[in-house]
Amino acid sequence: MEAILARAQKAAKEAEVFEVTSEETQVRFESNRLKQMQTNQSTTLALRIIKDGKIGYATTTGITDGERLVNDAVETAAFGSEAKFQLPDNTSYPKVEIYDPAVERVPIKDMVALGERMVAALTSHTEGILCDAAVTRAVITARLLNSRGGQAEYKKSYFSLDLEGNLIKGTDILFVGEGESSCHPLPDPQSVIDLVLNQLELAKNKAKAPTKVLPVIFTPNGVASALILPLTSAFNGKVVLEGASPLGDKIGKTVFDKNFTLVDDPTVAYRPASRPCDDEGVASQRTPLVEKGVVKGFLYDLQTAALAKKKSTGNGSRSRGSLPTPSASALVITPGKTTFDEMVKDIKEGLVVEQLMGSDQGNILSGDFSGNVLLGFKIENSEIVGRVKDTMVSGNVYKLLKDIAAIGSETRWVSSFLQTPPFYCKGLSVSSKG
Amino acid sequence: MPQIEEIVQSLAGELKKSKADYLEARFEENQTSHIMYRGRAIESIGRSTASGGNVRALIKGGWGFTSFNNLEKLKDRISLAIEQAQSAGTGKSLLAPIEPAQETVSSGVKQNPVTIPLAEKKRLLDEYNEIICNTPGIKTSNIGFSDGRKKVIFLNSEGSLISQERADVTIRLTAIAAKDGEVQQVNLSMGSRGNFNDIRHLHDIVKEMSKNAVALLDAPQVKGGEYTVVLDPVLAGVFVHEAFGHLSESDFIYENDRMREIMVLGKQFGGDNLNIVDSAAEPGLRGSFKYDDEGTRAVKTYLIREGKLVGRLHSRETAAKMNEKPTGNARAINYRFPPIVRMTNTYIEPGKMSFDEMIADIKEGIYAKNWYGGTTSMEMFTFSAGEAYMIRNGKIAEAIRPVMLTGNVFNTLKNIDAIGNDLDMNQGGGCGKNGQAPLPVSNGSPHIRIQHCLIGGK
Repeated sequence: MEAILARAQKAAKEAEVFEVTSEETQVRFESNRLKQMQTNQSTTLALRIIKDGKIGYATTTGITDGERLVNDAVETAAFGSEAKFQLPDNTSYPKVEIYDPAVERVPIKDMVALGERMVAALTSHTEGILCDAAVTRAVITARLLNSRGGQAEYKKSYFSLDLEGNLIKGTDILFVGEGESSCHPLPDPQSVIDLVLNQLELAKNKAKAPTKVLPVIFTPNGVASALILPLTSAFNGKVVLEGASPLGDKIGKTVFDKNFTLVDDPTVAYRPASRPCDDEGVASQRTPLVEKGVVKGFLYDLQTAALAKKKSTGNGSRSRGSLPTPSASALVITPGKTTFDEMVKDIKEGLVVEQLMGSDQGNILSGDFSGNVLLGFKIENSEIVGRVKDTMVSGNVYKLLKDIAAIGSETRWVSSFLQTPPFYCKGLSVSSKG
Repeated sequence: MPQIEEIVQSLAGELKKSKADYLEARFEENQTSHIMYRGRAIESIGRSTASGGNVRALIKGGWGFTSFNNLEKLKDRISLAIEQAQSAGTGKSLLAPIEPAQETVSSGVKQNPVTIPLAEKKRLLDEYNEIICNTPGIKTSNIGFSDGRKKVIFLNSEGSLISQERADVTIRLTAIAAKDGEVQQVNLSMGSRGNFNDIRHLHDIVKEMSKNAVALLDAPQVKGGEYTVVLDPVLAGVFVHEAFGHLSESDFIYENDRMREIMVLGKQFGGDNLNIVDSAAEPGLRGSFKYDDEGTRAVKTYLIREGKLVGRLHSRETAAKMNEKPTGNARAINYRFPPIVRMTNTYIEPGKMSFDEMIADIKEGIYAKNWYGGTTSMEMFTFSAGEAYMIRNGKIAEAIRPVMLTGNVFNTLKNIDAIGNDLDMNQGGGCGKNGQAPLPVSNGSPHIRIQHCLIGGK
């Protein structure tokens, strides 16, 4: 890395080298039995330069040819956008706990045993169910060096459990599933198992959904699959800068329900999305996005912040080998006071949505969404009566979150990037073949 | 890529000596370039190179897989894959037999798109971006362009040694219109199997797309419910991919007895007019290749013929376990993943009806065009249009907000009651499955009409 930085500095005024190395081991079960063991090792190196005020960029994975990397970056700099920012110099970073050496030491046979236990829990509960499961452990190392003396390095451990069940009756196909991840080993799969068993119990009976406007409870998975994508776009500083965010001119204004509070937090200990700094070496921070319904801030990387005359919030992220761009690290929604059972009790006729399929295919910017209820349940007279199918739910995220019937008290992490309670929303448009 | 070729030569003998039931290795080298715009500014421009490999072993029905981009100590990698397979295997290894092949397949393009200077690519994209941004009512634009050239060398313990090159070009243009807090967008996705010239003359289409985005600001949202729907070839291609293509991938079927009952050959899924094909053997499409990532030769596979299920997509393992012939559909997005059963070029064969005949007797319906996306859970699926219009009394009428459509494979295919004569392949798609995305595929269809199609709305 040092050699590449030195070579790049001969060609350009400023340069930055960022390297990510990962080692991952996975045990996979398919159709109720152990099927595959897998290891993946990879190293990716990205070079960003500022030459004649413009940004150049090149990446390489595998055999590193330093000369070619620098030449590629120089070629792209001729057309690159004007660099409005300065690379960070030697700064200090918050202490964020993300490495547990115990993860690397989890024996393969323990990972196999975890998978077996998850599969056995479903097969002994439901006859004829076929399970896929995966147990994964990984260690990721990130290093950054730049020409202004900035340097950062961290090591992160990762462990995850994933369980999916598939049950077919006639031509009725049911999928249930849940996952959990942490920077600690996860020696007990019971919480994942319990969540999946609960889905199976609720899906035992069938119910018909009408075509009309109904209240809907989104479970934490339902929130992730229906409501979050438009928000990650609207709070992205780049979308704001372009004038394409519906929240762009709403700082300080009450746009959401007064009980809605949302923060981006990459500093939570032992969470896989946490890190001491972002992918350009800016220190991690908690960034309030919505406080009691009032829009508080947006997410920035260095370049976007400079263009918008703001400060980077430490949200520069390099996904898929491209230049850093603002991206949420981990979104945390403050829980409310209503239990899930109380929400169900409050509803005469409505739905519970656990998985909405296709809601990412609509017009994300406007907040409109529409999707097929892949896993969801009917509420009749304060009770969940069975699974609904061939049903679509449509709504607008901003309208729904402006006036929320209730926010749940039971919060949890779904995937690695969102911690949310259930949401009880008024008036969604439901269409069904019934 | 002298280094990798030397490595491969030295490895061929090593694989044959192994005690595993089956052993393969895949090495890859690729170069890509990309240019992304947000509004008038370039968001990202860059070049990247990647190289790496993997070893996969099969012992007693259990697989070991190890990927790496550090090419040292390859013998240790082989030992690791074998150890892993040994720990996973408890049954019997089954792979459908194929003829070992030794062949070098070139990319088939005259000019590697990656070597075209970035300046030339940028000049073309600037023209498109100007058209979008200069359209009155447009707030901003998004453009994503990328190209790549990839060489994959595959060898296995049965004596296959196949080197294949491919090149790929994709472009996605988005026009974003805004007014009074309303935001609407229209996308255009195009692709080519490595020929940059295929995306050179899109000026008129880009102009139309930009105007459509502005028009959507005033378009009403349709009421949710069941409609008679006509799909254009692009959206019908996404429909066939989601509605049926994924269900014909045998890796979901071969170890699932109940699924095998549902997907029994000969079962009626659609009307006599319906024929669905998947074929990597069609020349020059983005899903085309000569050998898949297990070294199986690509063939044309009928999935549905006259409405009946007649075939499905296989890897060597799924074919063996279902006692059918391998179809060459085992694909991996790159060396970090083992191959899994995937589609290639999937299409509905054309019928005889013209578009005008198709809409002539529709009193009230929806004409849905272009695509945002699609996804499936095997039984139920969704796909979303990029543009939509009401059909009234046999004529295309006012524009409406883009619609999301949903269906159920066990009745929606039967509800296709008209198939057009105008097959067109869409090259702009990328498919995702089990974390491997976007895999180059193409989809196609003529115009089709579906009765009682469920649409989400207000």
